[in-house]
Amino acid sequence: MSLVADPGLVSESEDVQTRTRGYASYLGLKVLGAIGSLMFMLVVNFFLFRVLPGDPARTLGRGRLTTDAQKAAFNKAYGLNQPLPEQFWTFLKNTAHGDLGISIQYRVPVSHLIWERLWPTVLLVGTSTILATVIGVYLGIRGAWKRGGRFDKISTSLSLTLYSMPEWWLGLMLIAGLGVGFWFVPGIFPTGGLHSPDVNPSSLHGILDTTWHLVLPVTTLTLAYLADYSLIMRSSLLDELGEDYLLTARAKGLRDVQVRNRHAVRNAMLPTTTIIALNIGFVVSGAITVETVFSIPGLGLLSIDALQAPDFWVLQGFFLVASAGVILANLVANLIYGWLDPRVRT
Amino acid sequence: MTTTNESTGTVPVSARRLTRQRRVAAWKRGWAQFRTHRSGMVGLGILVFFVLVALLAPILASSQGLDVTTANGPVLGAPSGHYLLGTDENGRSVLTLLIWGSRISLFVGLLATLISMVIGTLLGLVSGYFGGWIGRITFRLTEWFLVIPFLPLAIVLASVLGRSLFNIVLVIGVTSWPGTALLIRSQTLSIKERAYVERAEAIGAGRWHQIGKHVLPNVMPMVFANTTLTVAIAILSETTLSFLGLGDPTRTSWGSMLDSAFEIGSITTGSWWYIVPPGVCVVLVVLAFTLIGQALEEVLNPRLRARS
Amino acid sequence: MTDPSLLEIRDLHVTYATGEGALPAVRGVDLTVDRGQIVGVAGESGCGKSTLASTILRLQPVNATVTGEVRFNGRDILTMKWGELRAVRWAGASIVFQGALHSLNPVHRIGAQIAEALHVHSSGLGETTVTGRIDELLGQVGLDPERARAYPHQLSGGQKQRVMIAMALACDPELVVADEPTTALDVMVQAQVLSVLSDLVRDRGVGMLMISHDLSVLADLCDRITVMYAGRVVEEGPAAKVFADPLHPYAGALSAAFPRVGDPAARFAPAGLPGDPPDPRHLAGGCSFAPRCPRAADVCLPAEPELVTYAEGRAAACVRIGEPRSPAERSRDHHA
Ligand SMILES: Nc1ncnc2c1ncn2[C@@H]1O[C@H](COP(=O)(O)OP(=O)(O)O)[C@@H](O)[C@H]1O
Ligand SMILES: [Mg+2]
Repeated sequence: MSLVADPGLVSESEDVQTRTRGYASYLGLKVLGAIGSLMFMLVVNFFLFRVLPGDPARTLGRGRLTTDAQKAAFNKAYGLNQPLPEQFWTFLKNTAHGDLGISIQYRVPVSHLIWERLWPTVLLVGTSTILATVIGVYLGIRGAWKRGGRFDKISTSLSLTLYSMPEWWLGLMLIAGLGVGFWFVPGIFPTGGLHSPDVNPSSLHGILDTTWHLVLPVTTLTLAYLADYSLIMRSSLLDELGEDYLLTARAKGLRDVQVRNRHAVRNAMLPTTTIIALNIGFVVSGAITVETVFSIPGLGLLSIDALQAPDFWVLQGFFLVASAGVILANLVANLIYGWLDPRVRT
Repeated sequence: MTTTNESTGTVPVSARRLTRQRRVAAWKRGWAQFRTHRSGMVGLGILVFFVLVALLAPILASSQGLDVTTANGPVLGAPSGHYLLGTDENGRSVLTLLIWGSRISLFVGLLATLISMVIGTLLGLVSGYFGGWIGRITFRLTEWFLVIPFLPLAIVLASVLGRSLFNIVLVIGVTSWPGTALLIRSQTLSIKERAYVERAEAIGAGRWHQIGKHVLPNVMPMVFANTTLTVAIAILSETTLSFLGLGDPTRTSWGSMLDSAFEIGSITTGSWWYIVPPGVCVVLVVLAFTLIGQALEEVLNPRLRARS
Repeated sequence: MTDPSLLEIRDLHVTYATGEGALPAVRGVDLTVDRGQIVGVAGESGCGKSTLASTILRLQPVNATVTGEVRFNGRDILTMKWGELRAVRWAGASIVFQGALHSLNPVHRIGAQIAEALHVHSSGLGETTVTGRIDELLGQVGLDPERARAYPHQLSGGQKQRVMIAMALACDPELVVADEPTTALDVMVQAQVLSVLSDLVRDRGVGMLMISHDLSVLADLCDRITVMYAGRVVEEGPAAKVFADPLHPYAGALSAAFPRVGDPAARFAPAGLPGDPPDPRHLAGGCSFAPRCPRAADVCLPAEPELVTYAEGRAAACVRIGEPRSPAERSRDHHA
């Protein structure tokens, strides 16, 4: 029999919009939002370095401008004697051209410096993020699926303890335990730096040497991130477990593993993925302490050095890169979310 | 109505008293539920201990012990009968530093959280309750502040404004409120849908009156749970900032102790008593707040309660 | 021995472990569904209908303890091996759930969700076979086959429930369990969805267990009706009889709670029953309906009444059936 012909069936009283908006317009909105945030960050940046200090020339050029003539020249070069709106315009123009000023310490353009120092940071944080994601998501899934079991109890307590720990302190403990050694236990791993002084970093030996140097810092960051990710994955999955569609999936005759992987985990990954993507935005900030503790010449250490100097051009560039990273990651997180979740996409 | 006697039961109880009774009953119920959370109770125990230590610091250890000029212990002396946790590079008792350090850590954590809560709750309420451009602008603002990277901002502020305790509090407060605001906003949005708010609107109650009377009391529980979790993060942040040397150099906190310990190379010289105890204290206090916050969330959030 | 019935539930007990003690949700239920038969289960919310339904595919929550027998084609579901159970699930018996609107996974297309059921129960199906089958199923429930590419949130409540019905019929089951399939829908849509479901089931000779709190709906659709109260069966019989001439006072109240077309008494029918069903955790001895029963008397208090056969194919659990009515009761009935 065919029920399609029945007119009563077609005209349901509820009316639902089939297509609300496409992914393209969702994407457009998010990009616009990101541009808005970027503008805001530029304003903050300008405010922090040109307005807040009172005498920007002294702040920005500290340590170099001795005579009034030098100061005037400096002011002219960077437009610091113009009214604020014009200064802001100059600032925007320079930033757009990638001109972030010259480092006072190193006497090279800040943009070069940042570019050079970016890679150790990306290597460190990238590796740790990948490791932490895989392990953390696994722990979260296993814990939530057998909630209250022994595995869950142990992994949750461990994650909570790691979560409560400053990551750099964990790093210090690892250096003490595995780098320096304690009691009669000898240290195994190098305690800092990215490579030994006498090896060529681009040779095979050099790559192995760098890997060896990265073991402790990567472990530190991995453990720190892992705590976050496993707790998030666990709670997102627990949120899903009460949902009706899982009962449907079980009723359909799927195996436990299939119900878990195809249905529960797939849905729980939505919030988890977003948070991980967001976290990547804090790459630069996240590495500051660990780079300090392990003396890894990345962006974080650069910023701490610049703070000691103080080297304001470097700090300003650093702040700009750090916030741009967050905004970019935010955008990526939104795009991934929209891509994974049809409720947002369609 | 003033002579209402509850025990007779025949005389109607005044509305205000009824509300109060109901609130007291709700608190009692909440506490009874909280008590069944073992991890929450452990957290509370740890927290009470550290609060007592912070409050009783002058009794537990004389503040004289903080003075570098009068310190007369051995330099980096190992733990002994006289110095239970050894001494630092200036010959001061690490235990004394630890006790006084708890004050700064807790104080900064709580003050920063207070700032964050006030801003976050206010903006969250406004962006959730008011539609139109007010709601939109506050929401945008929240989103913008959400992307300010915390540590870089702290470093920049310390370099521009100089290092101080106030700086630390300001940075933590300013960067942690957006999370709270978003939470409060979503709570407000769902409460706004409920009947009594609509009714209040229908009888023409003012907006701020409604927020104060209906919305705020209902979001309060969530604010409360969120506060506890924020304190945990604030204390962690304080420790990190002090460790990076962005805090007030004249005050001892757990973070600044760890900074000094790191600077003088406690790791390589093996003076573990200088670097392990402060870290353990931080972990314990942060863990305590986290456990309490999680237990509170579960007690106060019916959705979470249902799944347990 | 004759062929076993399609579904035979015998002396089923389900008890939930809760924070405030054991909660006996189902207490000694017997129920039979024959091939091609539609059996209704009626009862107020909380009387254990969904609990009963969940045991049919062994889907009860983890805090439930189940005893008794649930025989599907003669084989006990409750003691079956996992592999065997998974084969029975959906291919033997399928369920349309009460929480209709959330029963579909929000991140998968509905076509994929139907296809999943097909693939689980017959491996090696070709792509075109599957799409063809999905189109056919969606057409049968009155949906455009194009909708296979839609996500659940793009469908209305009624459409979602149609998808659930299509999915329930996908593997040609012998039994469909429908747990209040329309309660979450608009009144207008309810009737449409119900007729889609019952027509398809009748058409294919599929057995169905239809759960509802609305006796009048069941009377229209079902062959037999079982009335439950506080986890027990209080009346069982042919659908029309149970509705038009209930034996048990609770069945009477249910049947009176909804107006009967053409019945002059319906205009005066009580809107409902006073009071609430008892908390299963704190049952006083005796007939559990007694506290709300208009005919309750001292004889009701000592023990819970057994289900007793009163006429050909009719049974009820009430000690007062056939007893003469008191004058007071008679006058009350008169007004009712
Ligand atoms: N998972 C559960 N845990 C504890 N009690 C439950 C659970 N599910 C249902 N109950 C209780 O069992 C009784 C019967 O519920 P249910 O089978 O859902 O009734 P119905 O479907 O007839 O409304 C109710 O008192 C309900 O509170
Ligand atoms: Mg039910």
